[in-house]
Amino acid sequence: MAAVRLWRCRCRALLSRPAGAVRARRGLAAGPEMHFGFQTVTEEERREKIYQVFENVAKKYDVMNDSMTLGIHRVWKDILVHKMNPCPGTLLLDVAGGTGDIAFRFINYVRSVRQRQLQRKLKHHQNLSWQEIFESYQKDQFNSLGDSQVVVCDINREMLKVGKQKAQHLGYSEGLSWVLGNAEELPFDDDKFDVYTIAFGIRNVTRIDLALQEAYRVLKPGGRFLCLEFSHVSNPLLSRLYDLYSFQVIPVLGEVIAGDWRSYQYLVESIRQFPPQEELKAMIEDAGFFRVDYENLNCGIVAIHSGFKL
Amino acid sequence: MEIHPLAGSRTRYCSRTRPTKDSRSLHIQPVTCSDLQLPEPRASDWWHQLYPGHIPTSPLQKALLAAGSAVMALYDPYRHDMVAVLGETTGCLALPNLRDKMKNHPEGYRILQERPRIRLSTLDMARLQGLPDGSLGREYVRFLEDNKVSPDTRMPPKFVDDEELAYVIQRYREVHDLMHTLLGMPTNMLGEVVVKWFEAIQTGLPMCVLGAAFGPVRLSSRKLQVLATELVPWAIRSGLNASCVLNVYYEQRWEQPVESLREELGIFPPPPVRV
Repeated sequence: MAAVRLWRCRCRALLSRPAGAVRARRGLAAGPEMHFGFQTVTEEERREKIYQVFENVAKKYDVMNDSMTLGIHRVWKDILVHKMNPCPGTLLLDVAGGTGDIAFRFINYVRSVRQRQLQRKLKHHQNLSWQEIFESYQKDQFNSLGDSQVVVCDINREMLKVGKQKAQHLGYSEGLSWVLGNAEELPFDDDKFDVYTIAFGIRNVTRIDLALQEAYRVLKPGGRFLCLEFSHVSNPLLSRLYDLYSFQVIPVLGEVIAGDWRSYQYLVESIRQFPPQEELKAMIEDAGFFRVDYENLNCGIVAIHSGFKL
Repeated sequence: MEIHPLAGSRTRYCSRTRPTKDSRSLHIQPVTCSDLQLPEPRASDWWHQLYPGHIPTSPLQKALLAAGSAVMALYDPYRHDMVAVLGETTGCLALPNLRDKMKNHPEGYRILQERPRIRLSTLDMARLQGLPDGSLGREYVRFLEDNKVSPDTRMPPKFVDDEELAYVIQRYREVHDLMHTLLGMPTNMLGEVVVKWFEAIQTGLPMCVLGAAFGPVRLSSRKLQVLATELVPWAIRSGLNASCVLNVYYEQRWEQPVESLREELGIFPPPPVRV
């Protein structure tokens, strides 16, 4: 009985967010108080707690993603890379890219584009001798990525470790680098990257405005910013089902599969605390990006925001 | 022997054990952390935990947890935390019964008041090792060493929504090793199944019943035969004959010989098979 009442209290409070939390939600300097899920903590505490959350879940991160989203997260990430449509020679920075999902998809995409490029080139050379064809294959064999590179940057050592192991296991070796770094203070020079992506990571950044400013800084002029993140569902029926699923099922999955209820409770609460699509679009524009737009996937469960540095 | 900080001072705890007829709401107060010497929670902390480590859950969540933990425990028998979660989420009927059995017995009532905990930090291992062979303390320490287990690996309860029942299930978990000692069963799969049969009869916890019923699926046919012909009948007979094992203040009986304790409880001597 007590539990049902407590749980109902939490759900009621879910709907009535205090006004003071709005500034905190925007990830702006809201004084010392910030949100960690539905709790109120200081900035430093929030960083530490989030670090611990990802340290705990790192090994089971991929399994949990598959079970929570029933594998749909793979489709979302594929859509992100297709939207990016990278050509060989692109330099990608994948922030909060821990286990490397976006990086591996980028490499696959660029490789297949490169293959098609090479095939087309060969088709145009009608009268090459076999020796010349063999030599051209040799030359391009070492360039299967066409000089594309991806830098995976994450603040959490455990996530990077898991990512590196995955890369070894799946056989990705060239064109990939792993860097330990903070999205709010990237260890890179200005105007370096063609594309900056952050998939399901910006929600965990303590100061979103700083992260966006850093993204603007490290992108080349003409560079693209892409952000894949859980967002707000406008459809009321779907929203209720989604809430029910998020709050009832996901922590249970976390407990059963990963043995960690609280990290997944944090996950679903942080999704609710994150700014909705329009607000995030405004924040991206504030950082200096142009042609900012967003695309809702699955009615707003996930949204891809895109902007250009011009 | 450590006294639980909430012992005796029932006015300062968290929930009434039964809702009263006049008010449908239970009056719940957060545990004051000065009682427990823990860091103060923030005022805006969401969960008014009934005890440290408590996670309030809805009935739907409990049902999902019960189903999920049952499947996971069968799939991966090394997930002891899943067995614990299964016990907590399915024990809503059995735990109050156990608590009442304890309350109505003088020794059990004392345990509920004083809330002793069996932990390495509270056990005087040197003293127990110095006790004569055949005494409860000596045999318990021998069991811990032979099987390389420790009483500190028991999971604290998380999903029980009453702090007294949380203590009851914690006590049950800590006494589990003593069950092994009293029944003379090692911690291999066969021994665990036998102890589960005994506990199923004694406590009526659905988790024990499920463990007793599904545990044997992973045993070889030879062991199954031994189990079915000798060990299970003995466990059932002892379980039915014995008084409630949670009503024994083990911490005050380390010097008592195991045989005498078995006789006092009503546990029959174990059959002469190698487990």
